[in-house]
Amino acid sequence: MTATERDPAPERARRLDRDWWREHSELGVCALLGAAGVLVLVDSLLGTNAGSDSDPLGPHAVPTVLGIGLLLLAVLLAVDVLRGGHGEAEAGEDVELGTPPDLRAVGMLAGLVVATALLIPVLGWPLAGTGLFWGAASVLGARSFPRDLLVAAGISLLAWVVFDALLGVDLPGGPLMGVF
Amino acid sequence: MDVLGSLLDGFGNALTPANLLFAALGVLLGTAIGVLPGIGPAMAVALLLPVTYAFDPTGAFILFAGIYFGAMFGGSTTSILLNTPGESASVVAAIEGNPMARSGRGAQALAAAAIGHFVGGLIGVIGLVVLAPLIATVAVDIGAPDYLAVMVLAFVAVTSVLGSSRVRGFAALAIGLTIGLVGLDPLTGQARLTFGVPQLADGIDVVIVAVGLFAIGEALWVAAHLRRTAAAPIPVGRPWLSRDDLRRTWRPWLRGPFIGFPFGAIPAGGAEVPTFLSYVTERRLSEHPEEFGSGAIEGVAGPESAASASSAGTLATMLTLGLPTTAIAAVMLAAFQQYGIQPGPLLFTNEPELVWTLIASMFIGLVLLLALNLPLAPLWARLLRIPRPYLYAGILFFACIGAYAVSGQPIDLVVLLVIGGIGFLMRRYGLPVLPAIIGVILGPDAELQLRRALQIADGDWATLVSTPLSIAVYLLIVALLVVPFVRRRIIRGRDEEKKDLVGS
Repeated sequence: MTATERDPAPERARRLDRDWWREHSELGVCALLGAAGVLVLVDSLLGTNAGSDSDPLGPHAVPTVLGIGLLLLAVLLAVDVLRGGHGEAEAGEDVELGTPPDLRAVGMLAGLVVATALLIPVLGWPLAGTGLFWGAASVLGARSFPRDLLVAAGISLLAWVVFDALLGVDLPGGPLMGVF
Repeated sequence: MDVLGSLLDGFGNALTPANLLFAALGVLLGTAIGVLPGIGPAMAVALLLPVTYAFDPTGAFILFAGIYFGAMFGGSTTSILLNTPGESASVVAAIEGNPMARSGRGAQALAAAAIGHFVGGLIGVIGLVVLAPLIATVAVDIGAPDYLAVMVLAFVAVTSVLGSSRVRGFAALAIGLTIGLVGLDPLTGQARLTFGVPQLADGIDVVIVAVGLFAIGEALWVAAHLRRTAAAPIPVGRPWLSRDDLRRTWRPWLRGPFIGFPFGAIPAGGAEVPTFLSYVTERRLSEHPEEFGSGAIEGVAGPESAASASSAGTLATMLTLGLPTTAIAAVMLAAFQQYGIQPGPLLFTNEPELVWTLIASMFIGLVLLLALNLPLAPLWARLLRIPRPYLYAGILFFACIGAYAVSGQPIDLVVLLVIGGIGFLMRRYGLPVLPAIIGVILGPDAELQLRRALQIADGDWATLVSTPLSIAVYLLIVALLVVPFVRRRIIRGRDEEKKDLVGS
């Protein structure tokens, strides 16, 4: 006898619970809105600068109203979600809705951006950019080894030359550029 | 006559080699962006903002206008050949255009769309030439209370006219306003939402917000739901129209702009509403209403003409009132602010050369677009074969390089990612992006106008409704907010009445 058969009720309840939360994951948006509201309110209450004769409203009036608005919207959205309303996910040419979201790919792309931020000062743009493009293409399903890397290096180098030399935007070249 | 003289001067400036090059580059990029899935004109202009700092403002805006109109042309090509419109402006093009392409009339659909965009854009820009100086003269002495009222109208209109859910629209707006709040208060120097981080004291650069919301948000969203087998476009020949097609399309082409321009000019979301209205109008007026739904050429010609004319209307409002009605206009307004130029009634007197060169180059751009798109549409469609991993890796790459170029600080990439994460959640949970970007860009300005108005009136709140224009605008806002409620109540009442009748 398996555990589920022995004690079916709590297990089913737990699964129902999980399904309920998955279906109402939009409540997370309400939580974020509420958190933002609290943050804005606390920040404006902690501020010291009050209004004056030349500026009757002062720097905290608008944030206070906005903070209250955020809290109100969090509640209204929660009510809407609990009543069965749900926001429609955005469609697009390359978007296939109805499949479970590939959160691993999203997380890996986010990691690549952070890694790029850390690597720019060390490696310079041409190398860090090559890594970013190559990594992102691989995460998104590119699987032809020499071509992907060559495309990534080509685009990264070209972008660096255009930005740094032609447009005068200062991008670090990194140790590689010292060699030439 | 004054206007004609200025316009001729504008053509003189627009026909210089450098400005012609910007126009050509703009329409080329715009068409490519319109054809490519995943990249819209607003994202493209946002990605180009850091690059254009090296240009003079006139060249940059010629480039942006070219991208705006070019994306309209290119977007309809994808809609017709692929049936999955990327830009909201080209949703309607797919309804009739794709059945036409599937039944072997793709060439005619492409031609009807391209010429429609040309005619609509032409009439729209003529409307801009005639109306913009008039609006500028009327609006020249409006004060802080009026500006505030018009901005509040923009906030309410983009959140409640568009989209299916108003609470989500307002939530998106509030997110944008919150991001806009970060930094030192311009009047008192009070730090707001900076949490002691020195990099946040100058606020979050609008380039990083726009690139994060549009580019990173989109790349992450697509990565989560990437279609593994990309749809293949329907092959077509060179666009052309028979005499019979021309007989059916010239009236829709001419009607479209009269629906498109006014809707583009008001904050009702750009091309989405007018293309749909034009479609409904053409269906009603057509001699072949039975063909609608299975490939009626009028249903391509009218809406596409309306779409391009709405771009001109959007630009009219943006240039004369400094009020963005679409996402791309919001990003262009941010670009103006970066150059230290304030669009508004005074723009035509302060920067006549820039404005008239820009307008003249729109005429040139439209001619270039027709020449580029009419014979070459099948060539453009080949862009759809670009491997998706490269396309979205490229978007991510250029987003990062653009954000880094703003101030050369790696920490900006982390801010970019956080904003991109917000963009991802907004796409996942159906919060519209437009109110957010309008909130970021107009929010700080609206607060400044509010405080300035109260400053002038010594804290007397009545000053906010002290002018006829501000009163009229606030009445309009109340109407926008109340009408849907009342209508719902009436419909529900009617249903109950019916139920009662059935019951008795």
